[in-house]
Amino acid sequence: MKFRNYLESITGIEIYPLISLLLFTIFFALLCLYLWKKDKTWVTKMKNIPLEQ
Amino acid sequence: MNTEKFSYDNTIVKNFAYATMFWGLVGMLVGLIAALQMVFPELSFNLPYTTFGRLRPVHTNAVIFAFVGNGIFMGAYYSLQRLVKARMYSDVLSKIHFWGWQLIIVLAAVTLLLGYTTSKEYAELEWPIDILITLIWVVFGWNMFGTILNRRVQHLYVAVWFYIATFITVAVLHIVNSIEIPVTFMKSYSWYAGVQDALVQWWYGHNAVAFFLTTPYLGLMYYFIPKAANRPVYSYKLSIIHFWALIFLYIWAGPHHLLYTALPDWAQTLGTVFSIMLLAPSWGGMINGLLTLRGAWDKVREDVVLKFMVVAVTAYGMSTFEGPFMSLKNVNAISHFTDWTIAHAHVGALGWNGFLTFGMLYFLLPKMFNVQLYSKKLANFHFWIGTLGILFYAIPLYWAGFTQSTMWKEFTADGYLRYPIFLETVTQIIPMYAMRALGGALYLVGAIVMTYNLIKTVKLGSFVSNEDTEAAPLNKHEKEHAGEHWHRWIEKKPVQFGILSLIVILIGGLVEMVPTFLVKSNIPTISSVQPYTPLELQGRDIYIREGCNTCHSQMIRPFRSETERYGEYSKAGEFVYDHPFLWGSKRNGPDLHRIGGKYPDSWHYNHMDDPTSMSPGSLMPAYPWLLDDDLDTSDTGAKIRAMMKMGVPYPAGFDQVANVHLSNQSKQIQMNLSKEGIETDANKEIIAMIAYLQRLGIDIKGQNKVDFTTK
Repeated sequence: MKFRNYLESITGIEIYPLISLLLFTIFFALLCLYLWKKDKTWVTKMKNIPLEQ
Repeated sequence: MNTEKFSYDNTIVKNFAYATMFWGLVGMLVGLIAALQMVFPELSFNLPYTTFGRLRPVHTNAVIFAFVGNGIFMGAYYSLQRLVKARMYSDVLSKIHFWGWQLIIVLAAVTLLLGYTTSKEYAELEWPIDILITLIWVVFGWNMFGTILNRRVQHLYVAVWFYIATFITVAVLHIVNSIEIPVTFMKSYSWYAGVQDALVQWWYGHNAVAFFLTTPYLGLMYYFIPKAANRPVYSYKLSIIHFWALIFLYIWAGPHHLLYTALPDWAQTLGTVFSIMLLAPSWGGMINGLLTLRGAWDKVREDVVLKFMVVAVTAYGMSTFEGPFMSLKNVNAISHFTDWTIAHAHVGALGWNGFLTFGMLYFLLPKMFNVQLYSKKLANFHFWIGTLGILFYAIPLYWAGFTQSTMWKEFTADGYLRYPIFLETVTQIIPMYAMRALGGALYLVGAIVMTYNLIKTVKLGSFVSNEDTEAAPLNKHEKEHAGEHWHRWIEKKPVQFGILSLIVILIGGLVEMVPTFLVKSNIPTISSVQPYTPLELQGRDIYIREGCNTCHSQMIRPFRSETERYGEYSKAGEFVYDHPFLWGSKRNGPDLHRIGGKYPDSWHYNHMDDPTSMSPGSLMPAYPWLLDDDLDTSDTGAKIRAMMKMGVPYPAGFDQVANVHLSNQSKQIQMNLSKEGIETDANKEIIAMIAYLQRLGIDIKGQNKVDFTTK
């Protein structure tokens, strides 16, 4: 039995990593877009939370 | 605007701080003893409880879950209350959490020394303790979410996200990796076998690093560095990208612990790709931490808290730079199974976790006791001796790892291994081990000095157990702004936020694991591979009890240097009955996957009694008690039944006759030993151990025909 080939017996295996990469890329792109459009007052407010008390 | 008066609970923070210091010293001391055993093997004291195989898990569990664990809770309980402007949800839950966690630590130390272990790294604790951990973890989460829901600020600061993600992911990791079938009160078998067990274990193991040693500490970094420097984080936007990218990517990277093993190739590649991608968020976080100090570097010269934190973040940067490169197959081929990995882990543990913890302790205790630090001089001394300690620890081990690996791989001009005797490659690097122990000792001295300094500080001050404060209540019915963005919605809702984090980490886990779990039904097993005999199974459990897998791998990688040294490389199908897998992660001794049949039974008998009698200069501890102690066969039937439940194909009713089978095989080995001049009873533990070792790796040679008939 050739063990190195057993992956080929899983049908559609190559789609798994592709889906995962796609999911991450879309999520990441949306996140960056959102942050890019974010206003400055919110950023200032958020980053000062630890210094408030 | 109306304000509400309330107070922050400092007592729980103080308790966790004391526990952090105490367990830190214990964990480091055990580490130092283990390090010294690599130079002076006699420090094993010929006792079961003090062998390297048992001390090493005590060390790793103590520093990870006791030292860093208490450090996480210390910092999180302090910062969470202040970031959400609310007292911890329940003082009772806080107390249960604290004492429950300390109980787990004590139980862990005792049971590991007694040899109760599942063998799975950083998840060695047996099933009753696993359940206790789950319960206490739920108490922690309940208390944390309760506090967040009672908050007086609308938005959750990024540090709180890191705490939430930590809580959720650690819960998932712990539960999935701990699925095991109890055999007796303190013995269980992993539900997964072989390749699948390895994948689950390193999905867990890698993410224990990610979600226990990294994400909570990043949350702490995002609170304590701005706090100590008295300036906001460099880029809040970057911290958000850092968070999502990190938790998304980390969960995929586990298979990089299994490169060149019998794990399917695609899973290895996936692990490598995501490990390389991890460099970006990791460095984003490091840069964000360091740049927070822009324009305030003069403070770093003065403030010992900042000094520790700057080195911590720098160490984080170094180890997260190194990690992705160690995930490249060509680098991993050299680094894996060597001390390189140990050096890498300690740059993270001593530098990142240790120094950030020290920084927090120096920040928190004077603050909560309303007093100045007793001695700045001693703190500076700690800083320098600690830094030196890290260097003395890591540099010799990098050297050792590289030296040993290249020795393993070196061939003569005639095509033979230049160092065919494994021991030669160990004795070569003993001076490095001595220097490493010195580095560890320096680091421990620093921690002792800190403890003294902080005890003095505490004695000078007066403790503020409830810190009074006031804040405006949060108007829970505040109208949502029209067109408000999804992310803003998420960060106002901790529960939804938690669910999203859960989905993000599950995607990675599922995509990685589902196909590998299908593998079993897709690959025909090797027909000549048979289940272990009852005696071999008992021997295997002794192997696990003594922690042999701490120093010996059972995974021959497909390199010529390994097949020359050990024999045919390891195949996935050979491990289908291995509950749990015992591939190991470090070779202090040679690989054992093909040890079966290599030496006569008497060799193993003598070697276990005194390893130096068979290999002079060996660092391996002696195991004389195996020769004296009787094998406990009362649980043989239960073990066989547990295996059958998990699909190991023993014939029906075999559990009833397992001990007959066991005693027949024992007598055979007793006779073999007798022929070789060794007289012993057939019911000794050593007989089972020999049976197991002689069985390893022989099935695919077609020499092993076991008769499992029930008559």
